[in-house]
Order: sequence, then C-alpha cells, then structure tokens
Amino acid sequence: MLTMLVFAPAVAAAVILLWRGLPDRAVRWTWVVVSAAEVAAVVALWSGYDGGIGYEVNRPWIPGVRSGYHLGVDGLSLPLLALTTVIFCACAVYSLRHTDRPRRFAALFLALETTCLGLFSALDLIVFFVFFDLSIVGMYAVIAGWGHGAQAARSALKFFLYTFVGSLALLVGFIGLFLAAVPHTFDMVELTTQTPLTGRGATGALVLLAIGAGLAVKTPTFPFHTWLPPAHTDAPAAGSAVLAGVLLKMGTYGFVRIAMPMLPEAWRRYALVAVVIGVISALYGALVALAQTNFKRMIAYTSVNHMGYIVLAVGAAGLISGTDVEARSVAVTGAVTQMVSHGLITGALFLLAGVLFDRGGTYEMGAYGGLAADTPRFAALTAVAAFASLGLPAFSGFIAEFQIFTGSFGSAPVATGLAVLGILLTAALFLWALHRVFLGPSRHALSPAADIRPGETAAIAPLLLLAFVIGVFPRPLLDLVEPAARSVADLVAR
Amino acid sequence: MTAALWTLIGLPAAAGAVLAAGGRRLSRAAPAVAVLAAVVVLALAVLVAAGRPHLEVAFVAGGPFGLAVDGLAGVVLVAVAAVALLVLVFSVGDVAGGRARFFGLMLIFVAAVLLTVTAATLPALLIGWEIMGATSYALIAFDRHDDARVSAGTTAFLTTRLGDAGLYVAAGAALAAGAGLGLDGLAALPSPWRHVVAAGVLAAAVGKAAQLPLSFWLSRAMLGPSPVSALLHSAAMVAMGGYLLLRLHPLLGATGWAATTAAWIGAGTAVLLGAVAVGQNDLKQLLAASTSAQLGFVFVAAATGGVAGGAAHLIGHAATKALLFLAAGAWLSSLGTRDLAALRGPGRRHRLVGVTFAVGALGLAGVPPLALWATKDEVLAAARDFSLPLYIACLAGAVLSAAYAGKALGLVLRPLPRNPEAHYDTERPGSRRVDGWERAPLVVLAGAAAVLGILALPPGSDAFRRALGVSGEPHATGWEMVLSAVLAVASVIAAGWLAPRLPAPAWARAWIGLGAAADRLVARPVLGLARVLARFDDRVLDRAVEATAPGTLRLARTAARADDAGVDAAVRALAAGTRRLGDLARRPQTGQVHQYYAQAVVGLTAAVLLLVLVVR
Repeated sequence: MLTMLVFAPAVAAAVILLWRGLPDRAVRWTWVVVSAAEVAAVVALWSGYDGGIGYEVNRPWIPGVRSGYHLGVDGLSLPLLALTTVIFCACAVYSLRHTDRPRRFAALFLALETTCLGLFSALDLIVFFVFFDLSIVGMYAVIAGWGHGAQAARSALKFFLYTFVGSLALLVGFIGLFLAAVPHTFDMVELTTQTPLTGRGATGALVLLAIGAGLAVKTPTFPFHTWLPPAHTDAPAAGSAVLAGVLLKMGTYGFVRIAMPMLPEAWRRYALVAVVIGVISALYGALVALAQTNFKRMIAYTSVNHMGYIVLAVGAAGLISGTDVEARSVAVTGAVTQMVSHGLITGALFLLAGVLFDRGGTYEMGAYGGLAADTPRFAALTAVAAFASLGLPAFSGFIAEFQIFTGSFGSAPVATGLAVLGILLTAALFLWALHRVFLGPSRHALSPAADIRPGETAAIAPLLLLAFVIGVFPRPLLDLVEPAARSVADLVAR
Repeated sequence: MTAALWTLIGLPAAAGAVLAAGGRRLSRAAPAVAVLAAVVVLALAVLVAAGRPHLEVAFVAGGPFGLAVDGLAGVVLVAVAAVALLVLVFSVGDVAGGRARFFGLMLIFVAAVLLTVTAATLPALLIGWEIMGATSYALIAFDRHDDARVSAGTTAFLTTRLGDAGLYVAAGAALAAGAGLGLDGLAALPSPWRHVVAAGVLAAAVGKAAQLPLSFWLSRAMLGPSPVSALLHSAAMVAMGGYLLLRLHPLLGATGWAATTAAWIGAGTAVLLGAVAVGQNDLKQLLAASTSAQLGFVFVAAATGGVAGGAAHLIGHAATKALLFLAAGAWLSSLGTRDLAALRGPGRRHRLVGVTFAVGALGLAGVPPLALWATKDEVLAAARDFSLPLYIACLAGAVLSAAYAGKALGLVLRPLPRNPEAHYDTERPGSRRVDGWERAPLVVLAGAAAVLGILALPPGSDAFRRALGVSGEPHATGWEMVLSAVLAVASVIAAGWLAPRLPAPAWARAWIGLGAAADRLVARPVLGLARVLARFDDRVLDRAVEATAPGTLRLARTAARADDAGVDAAVRALAAGTRRLGDLARRPQTGQVHQYYAQAVVGLTAAVLLLVLVVR
C-alpha cells in the first residue's frame, strides 16, 4: 500500500515520458489526476491509521550492511505525506496552463513527488539518504530547466552543490551511527531503540555535528541559508512551492526523526546550540525579509524565519532540566504543526508570487502599487495568505506558533521571549509588502483582466482553506501529531 | 445555552466572512444582513448574560478553548452588542462605497470582540484579541487608496501587536508553571511565572487600551471612518484593554507591583492624555485622546480593586464616546470637516446632533446626573482607598476631562459665524444633511449616556454589584460626589467660555511626541538594522559561500598540476627507468657464442666467489 503510494507518481512519470503519442493536454490532466489520487490515497491511509508504525514494509535490500527497504508511517510522517500530496496536487492544477515542455515538466514533478513521499516514509537511513539526494537532483532540474532569469542555471547549481554538500555531511553522520550500532545497521527503528552513541561523548557530538550540519543546510537555518533566496527567485512558481512547501521540511523532519531520537544524549547536551540558532534564524530571517524589495525573495526569507521557530522548538525540547515533559511535547507538536502550516501557507504565497510575475513580469514591489482596485480577487487571496503567514489566529500558523512559544518558554524563556518579537517583524514586513503592492494609489499598468484566473484560484484557495481549517479545527491534526511528539519528547529525555 | 454562546460568536463571524469575501455582488444586501445579524447578536447577548453558560472544548495540548459568561462578561457583552448594533445602523446612512467589505469586516470584528469578552482560557482570548487587531487594521485602512490611512492601520496593528506578544509570553509562562491556561487560575500561579504572566497581560492591555507609552496609535487611527472610531475606539477594541485588566484583577493584586504599575499607568494616561485632549484642534483627535484618558480610569479601577466601578465606567464610557464619535462622524459627512476651528456652531445647524452631542459631552465632563459622573466617582473612591497621590492624580484627570469636554461643547454650540460654509469641506465634500439612519442611533446612545449612572448609584449599584458578584468595594461618599460635580461644572463652564481662545500647542497636537519617538527610536532603527543585515547577507555570508567555489576550483587546478607534475611524472619516470633497464638487459643478448661463454665464465666465477664468501 505504502509502496504504491510512493512509487505510483514515478510510474506515471515513466508512462508520460515513454508514451510519445499522448497529447500535451492529456499529459497535464494525467498529472492532475495522479496527484489527486495521491491525495485521496493519503486520506485513506490517515483514516486507517491507528497508532504506532502503520503500513510497515520491511524487505532486505543491501543485506551486507543490514540496510533494508523499510517504510512505514506514524504521527510525524503522515502529516508531511499529506502535505506533500496536497502541495504537488496544487502545483499540478496551477500548471494546467503551463506550455513550456509540459511533458517533461509533469514527469519531473511526478518523479519528485515520489522522492518526497519516499523520504517521509523511509525507516532506513540509506533509503532516506537516497530519496534525499534524488530530491536535490529533481529540484536542480526544475530550477535549471524551467527557471526564469539569466541567473537560473547559476542558482540551480548553487542550490545543488550547497545542499549536496549538506547531504554528504548527513551521510557521514549516518555512517557514524551505522558503525556505532551493534550489530551494525542502518535501520532507523533499531537505531532509535539502541541509541548506539549514548555514553560515547565526543563521537556522539561529532556524529550529531555531521547530521545537524546536513539538516541545517536543508532546513535552512542561519548561516547556511544563502542558497535559498536565489533558488526561489529563479525557480518557476510550482518549483518554489514544492521547494519551500516540501523540500525544506526534509531538514526539520530529520531533526525530529533522526537527530533527536537516535542521539538523545548529544542532543540534550547541545540543545542550547539549536535554541540559539533557532532564535537567530527567526529574527535574522524576519529582519532580512523586511529589507527586501523583491516580493519572492521576501517570502523566501520568511521561510528562514518560520524554520527558525521549528529549530527553536526542537532545541527547547532538548533542554529537559526543570521542565515537564508536557510542555516539551507541546513544543514538538508545535514544530510538526509548523512544518505543515508553513508548507500550506508558503506554498500558496509562492504560487501567488508566480501569478504576480506572470502578469507584471517582475517581482519588484516598487513596480506595483494599488493593485487591489484592479485585481481584487488576487489582492484578497494574497492578503489572506499574508495574514495567515504572519500567524493570525484562525489559521494554522497561529496553532503552530502558539504551541512553539508556549512549549518552549519553560525551557528557554529568554530565547523564546526574543523569538516572540519575530511575529511583530513578520507582521510589519507583510503589511508593508501588501501596502507596496496592493494598496495606496494605483501605480501599475495592469488591467482588471490581470486578475487571478479560476484555474489559479483552484490551485491556491484549497491550500489557504486547509490552513484555515487547521486553524479553526486543529484537533484532527493534533490528535495524530501529539502522541508522536510526546514519544519524541520522551525519547530525547532517555 | 451553550448553543446560544456558539451562535453569538459564530453568526457574526460567518456572516462577516461571507460579506467580506462576496465582493461587490453583496453590496446591496450587506447593510441589511449586518444589521439583522447585529440584532440577533444583541438578543443572544442578553440571553447568555442571563443564562451564564460556559463551555470548553479541546484545542491545543494543554490549552483548551474555553468560553464562559460570568456577571462581568454578561454586562460587557450586552453593552458591546448594543453599541455595535447602533453603529451599524448609523453606518447604513454614513458609509457609501465598498459596503460589503465594510459591513463584513465590522461583523468579523464584532465576533472577535465577543470572543475576547467571553474567553475563559488564554488560547481563546488570544484568538479574539489578535483578530480584533487585524480587523482594526483593515477597517482603519478601509480607504485603501490612501497611503496615510493604510500606514495608520499598519501603525495600529503593529503597536497593539507589540502588546499582544506579551500574551504569547504569558501563555508560555502559564504552561511552564504547569497549571493550565485557564484565566481563572493565573492569579494562583507560583512565582516567578506569576510575575511573567502579569507583565505580559499588562503589556497586552496597555497596547490595546492605548495607554502610555503606546497611546500614539490611536491618534493616527482617527484617519479611519467615523463608525469605525465609534465602535473600535470607544466601546470595543480599546475598551477590551481595560476589560482584560478588570477580568484579571486578582492577578494584578497577587503580584503587587503589577497593580501599582497599572494604577499609575492609568492615572498618568488620564492626566497626560487629558491635557493632550484639551490641546487638540481636531474634534476626532480630541475624542481619541479622551478615550485613552478615560480608559486610564478603568486601569486605575482594575488595579485598585474597584471592579464594579471600573465596569460601570467602561460601559458608561462606551455609550458616551460612541455617541460623540457618531456625532462627530455625522458632521464630518455633512459638513466635510472635523477641524474644531471650522466646527463653530454646527450644533445649531443640526439641532438633534447638537443636543445629543451636548448630552455626551456633559456626560464626559462628569456633570451630574449623567453616567460618567457617578461611575468616575466610584473609580475615584477605589483610588482613594489605594493611595492619596493616586486619588489626587485621578481628580486632576477628572478636571481635565471636564475641560476638554467643555472646549468641544463650547465650540459646537456657539452661534454660527457669519460665513460658516467657508471653512467646510476641508476633508471631503459634505452632504449638508444627516439622514434618519444616522439620527436614530444618536438618540438611543444619548439616552444611555444619560441614565447609565444608575450602575454606580444606589440602588442600581447594589444590583450591579450583585450581578458582577463583587462585594466590599468602596463607594464614593456624598462629599466626594459633590466635590467632583462642582469641579466638573466649573471646569465645563470655564472651558466652554474660553474655548475659542484655548491654545493648541504643538506638543499636544503631536500627542506628546510619542509616535515620533517610536518612529525614531524603534521603527527606523529596526528598518536600518534590517537593511544592514540584508547587505551583510548578500555581501558577506553569500560571498563567503560563493568564494568557496573559486577556492575549490583553485584547489582542483593545484591538484591537477600536482597530478601532472607529481604523480604522473613519477609514473613516467618509472616507465623511463624501466625502459632503460630493459635496454641494459638487451645489451648482453648478442647471439654470438663466444660472448655467451665469456658471460658464463664471469657468472660462474661470481657464483663460486659468493659461495665461498657465504660458506665461510
């Protein structure tokens, strides 16, 4: 079942590529149908899931190093699988009017979907690593092949090299875990039970450093984030939505799936580092975003801010002295919720940025002004997305950030107190951006015909609707996440 | 009854969302829908105020979503619902363009206020609290083509959100203390968390209630439409700052310092913003400064344990100030100005507006028997029991409120000048008429502003205190009430007489420069820091990363050279050496037998010599 979910998009991609006779229109609709079916499949998985590791598959793969084809889902991965299918489906719908080599574009995105789904359901470090690297390759092809601007190839190369180097650090860490385990294994479940590096101070610290650095590049956190703005600015809208919505989560997911449960002792000892990096990322990302004049670059930097909150929360969950496990599991729950929330909201924002570029030919906010009068629907959707992103209650961002702040405060009061100021900065930057692009007197050359089209609305509105539903009825999501987050908090405290 | 509570909040939220999302198609239906929703909300508010339901549903871990209606919430609910209805009725006549958006946002705002009033846990409170802030942004910036108005909305949202950050911190401290996120339990939290919670709550209340030093946003918010000012900046949003402290007054008392701080912030705002109000030459600015000053009295009441007096003052002020803002709005629409110099004698031109404005202004001044006279004396009585300097400061604030009310009254009731039209239409072209939709709410609010004093006068005050469930709070003595009445009447008469000659100094018009200070000391440095960091990001961090690329290339070239000149050269040298050895080895192979013999002899001799050497 899980294997089908993971590989169905790849099969569809192969069919699209090989069946030359299929017209472009059919290719696009195939993409939409397959990605919609993936959403339905995840919903089915979710409704059938009842605790623990669900839908587990475990076959020997490279028996020499005891690496298996081991997949399964739990409360940490299921929300991200759902997010992945939803974002890819939105991108498929958004790209229905895409005309530039649609066959390869669709195939590439379907293949990318497989790598993302595979990563989030992997329970073996080698499987995880393979999907991790394949996702980098796929995204490189998207930016290099369909990016706009003269710098696209350069940005794509930078993205590839930077995150690839990060993945090598990750691999070093994985090998460290493998060698320390008795018997040697890459199986994530076994490694979580064994925690092979407990009591081996320096080795544990070095392995955590390797894994932490690899994940920090991918997340990205300060100071490893500089690949993100050019990659986003030059990527096509759907590519940006996937990059921010799904690929960044691979880094943060790695923290709660690998770093914390497999290296609890080292994590506890160096949790303060994560807290500090989280706060710096949150404030630095927001401040740099505030200074941007390019709408898409600004959104890219808000990702650094939002990911900073996650790193703060997972760090605070490692500071266990003097706090109860209840508060720490709230922080982890908030972190996972933030992954989903950021994916939905930022995915929507990047697609909206794509609409802006499509109509006006630039992301520079100074080139617009007063758009609300002529493109009211576009303005309204962007305003909703902006308010959702700045953490307004009734949207998922509030649920996430409220839990992150309240859960982290007991462990790290000063750091959390500083990070809370981030919500002020994000409010300032989004209101200022809305003002420059949509409000004030009309300063642009767009006509009402430039307003958002029904097809684009059909891609973007569901993302925001989901963010709203999670914001108002968070229980279904939290019922799934909370037990898993609680077990992460417990595992770290071992 | 819990269904009524859900509907109370859900109905305006849903109706508002539909209207706001509906766009121009719903413009015609919007006023009717909004007024109808407000009528239902008022009825439900009365119902839940009587039934006092409470409910709690799971929300986030450790923080359920709880709503409860107690005595305090009940009376404030009814007051907010009533003012909201009247303001919406007024808006039918006053707001012309973008009606669906306007009424939709107003309804969402009302829902957020109702949620704030009934919230029983911090998550519920924070939801209402922040949505209030966001809708106030959208409403102040309602005329979205105007840069100044959009900026004013941004200022309002950011300033109040600075305070809201305090509520996030408070929630974190409450969770860390392990006692849940219920509002009732906050006062009993262990130290030091209790102090953190108190500080956070105080920050949030100061921001929303436009108290010192965050009062400046309210001045700029006056660029918003008049009905927005009437609802947000009198009865609802600003009042919620005072309401939060009334609700959490045990928390203030439990820390000690928070009560003293809140009391002096309130008294300081009552005096300073009272003086600012006296020095205004713009009617809406005068009313706004007065709102801050009057909320200062509510702060004093909450901090000194005069909950009943504070609640009565909050409600009396809501009616009075909504009335005054609506009257100012009626003149703004009709005469196109809000400049006090131009507004000489409009009370004689639109007599009904003039009479109702007079009722409101005299009430604001504290002239008996109008509402704020009695309610303010209750607050003063609580302050007196707390400390004498606080009482004197509050009394000074009371005199100032009489002075600014008298100033406004003295100008608008003056005989019309010879050519009044010359000064009109500075703001926008006026319609020169006030229609029925606008007049009716004025009459109702004037009636309320006149009689709500019964909440603070026996026997009404006893019933009010029973409803709130408070006892033992101080009452004003007869002498105190006479004293405040005499001071109020004297100040009103003096200020009304002197009104045209009262100065409008620059410091008052700039609201003692706090907005400029915030701009210079906070906003600009933050923006500057942001730009510096952005340059750092591009020119240092990113350059450093990019520098690794040429560095890697150089390393690769060096390695390539080392490869060519080192490893490969060694291999080639080895090959050449081997070839030379091969050449040497070929030399003996001549094919001539005698040479082979000679070689054999040499070889044998060498072998024999070796053997002899080894054996020996």
